[in-house]
Amino acid sequence: METVGREMVIENEMGLHARSAAKIVQVSEKFESQISLYRDGNVADGKSILDILTLACPKGSVIRVEATGPDAEQAIREIAGLILRGFEEK
Amino acid sequence: MVNQSDIHDIVLQGIAASPGIVIGKTYHVDRGEMKIIYEYLLNDVQVVQEAARFEEAVEKTRNQLRVFLEEVPEEFKDHLHILDAHLLILKDRMIYDETLNTIKKEQINVEWALKITLDKARAAFSKIRDVYIRGRIKDIEDVVSMILRNLAGKGYEDITTIKDRVIVVAHDLSPADTSQMNIDRVMGFITNMGSKTSHTSIIAQSLQIPAVVGLERATDRIGNNQLIILDGSKGKVIINPSEATLEEYSRKKGKYEQYLADIVRCAHLPAETIDGYRVSIKGNIEQLEEVTAVLDFGAEGIGLYRTEFLYLSSKTLPEEEELFENYREVCEIIAPQSVTIRTLDLGGDKFASNLELSDEMNPAMGLRAIRFCFKMQQIFESQLRAICRASHYGNVQIMFPLISGVSEIVRAKEILRKVQADLTRERIPFDEDLQVGSMIEVPSAVAVADLLAREVDFFSIGTNDLIQYSLAVDRTNEYVAYMYMPFHPALLRMIRQVVASAKREGIRVAMCGEMAADPLCIPLLLALGLDELSINPHAIPLIKRIIRTSTLEESRDYLSHTFNLNTARDVKTYLTEVVTKRFPEELAPDGTPVM
Repeated sequence: METVGREMVIENEMGLHARSAAKIVQVSEKFESQISLYRDGNVADGKSILDILTLACPKGSVIRVEATGPDAEQAIREIAGLILRGFEEK
Repeated sequence: MVNQSDIHDIVLQGIAASPGIVIGKTYHVDRGEMKIIYEYLLNDVQVVQEAARFEEAVEKTRNQLRVFLEEVPEEFKDHLHILDAHLLILKDRMIYDETLNTIKKEQINVEWALKITLDKARAAFSKIRDVYIRGRIKDIEDVVSMILRNLAGKGYEDITTIKDRVIVVAHDLSPADTSQMNIDRVMGFITNMGSKTSHTSIIAQSLQIPAVVGLERATDRIGNNQLIILDGSKGKVIINPSEATLEEYSRKKGKYEQYLADIVRCAHLPAETIDGYRVSIKGNIEQLEEVTAVLDFGAEGIGLYRTEFLYLSSKTLPEEEELFENYREVCEIIAPQSVTIRTLDLGGDKFASNLELSDEMNPAMGLRAIRFCFKMQQIFESQLRAICRASHYGNVQIMFPLISGVSEIVRAKEILRKVQADLTRERIPFDEDLQVGSMIEVPSAVAVADLLAREVDFFSIGTNDLIQYSLAVDRTNEYVAYMYMPFHPALLRMIRQVVASAKREGIRVAMCGEMAADPLCIPLLLALGLDELSINPHAIPLIKRIIRTSTLEESRDYLSHTFNLNTARDVKTYLTEVVTKRFPEELAPDGTPVM
């Protein structure tokens, strides 16, 4: 099984709050791969909004996003894109 | 419930939360806490059945949420993301999988399993430091309670299915409740709980739906589908009204609606006297939700944003991020007009849960407002950072409360500059031309207004405290409250002095106390030369109307006559007579507004 990972910085003003966490879940769910978010030794399931919220990532947090599964590469590309675009917040 | 069909005109008195009169049928929205019982499942068949019950309830809840999402009224489009989050929470593994597992492993009923799930979520969220994220537990509770309602077969009371418009009667209403109601069907709100500033009141005011709150036993005393009169202006509910009462209130309602129509027509006209003297009328607010009402009533910005609410609404101090988001939103909605944010005006006694501060004998003269902020400089700096950051997104002004002399304003400005230097270093944008003002509410500040005027961009006279401190009267003390008199000759002279000092230095001078919303005072304030009045949003239409039908010339005559009078009583008698005669349509003979 393929695992792809990428380190990212949360740059949007609000950090990973309800709206941005919801967007990650909505993207993650399109993929068969298992998605995990790591921060400071804690891990959250990318398909669980509550898990992501409890990871508590304010602006400036460094996180690692990992995907394991047949469509891992595409999943990471889309999630990374979402984070890079600051979740399309203005 | 008592059979009340024979007794007419039973009057319940509550808190007038949102003005207006409606006559209509009641509709009970039951939001009571549900009792959850524990059941042990005896065999695997029961476990399978229980799991199926859970899945069915979740499915129902999901459909209800989807319907809400499609039918969210225009006014609540901002809340859409909450419902989106609710949908995700519903199938989140921390809720869905967790509950299913608990049913199977522990062999217990769904309700009890849900309770365990919720307890676990509460434990997980209570450890989170970020206040905003910690607060999301409320969303989980809302979702769980929807599932529980479906399990109980109660469904979600769907107000959209009612044909007629109704008056909603409830114990209390949460933001989720009101956002899921079809507001077009709601003529009025009645709740047992609540105050003038609680959520229901603010929503009702901003949607201009009459409401009476704090009725304590409304849900017991008012039946379902019962004809009642709701008078939101007076805080009254009349159960089983007689023909005569119905007629009387229909008349009042007609008059009030006429008055509202006039307001809507005139709200956005400038506050300019017949002879062309223009003042700026702004609104006072305490919460974000009030901003829309401010605009509807024709305010030209927010002249006083009291910032205490976020500090009092939770047990812990709000973090910079939460404050910033709040201020930014206010400033974005009100833009291009300005918002004047007053820094924290609280005493140490309000922070008992967080800070160890000793009790004070005389809190009004104790450690409060700017003095408290100097002592707790971290709290102050965090607020200033939030305000400066928000200033990047609109037109923000900052104002310091309880300034008693030059040294305090200098020190407050130093701290502000330090915060701004930090932001520059961190490359966080803010408005570098942010205007800074001083509240004038301590008599010594009046005495040195000429010196203070050189330090700030504007003054804002806070009459409530200025009266209390100048006359040495605590207006909450029943023995001396009668001495609390806005019309005191001393006060008028102090205002004159402050305005003169401001004009000499060429700075703006505003007034933000209750006096600025008293129709009897308006001619005096015009003649005294105030540039700006900031008042309760609901008072704006009336005050504008009075200004628009006044002349500066006659106001000056009233003022010069007033300055020859010796006592507060003489001033009040004189003004009541001349002003009510001059504005007979707007004011009753005692000087109070007709509406």
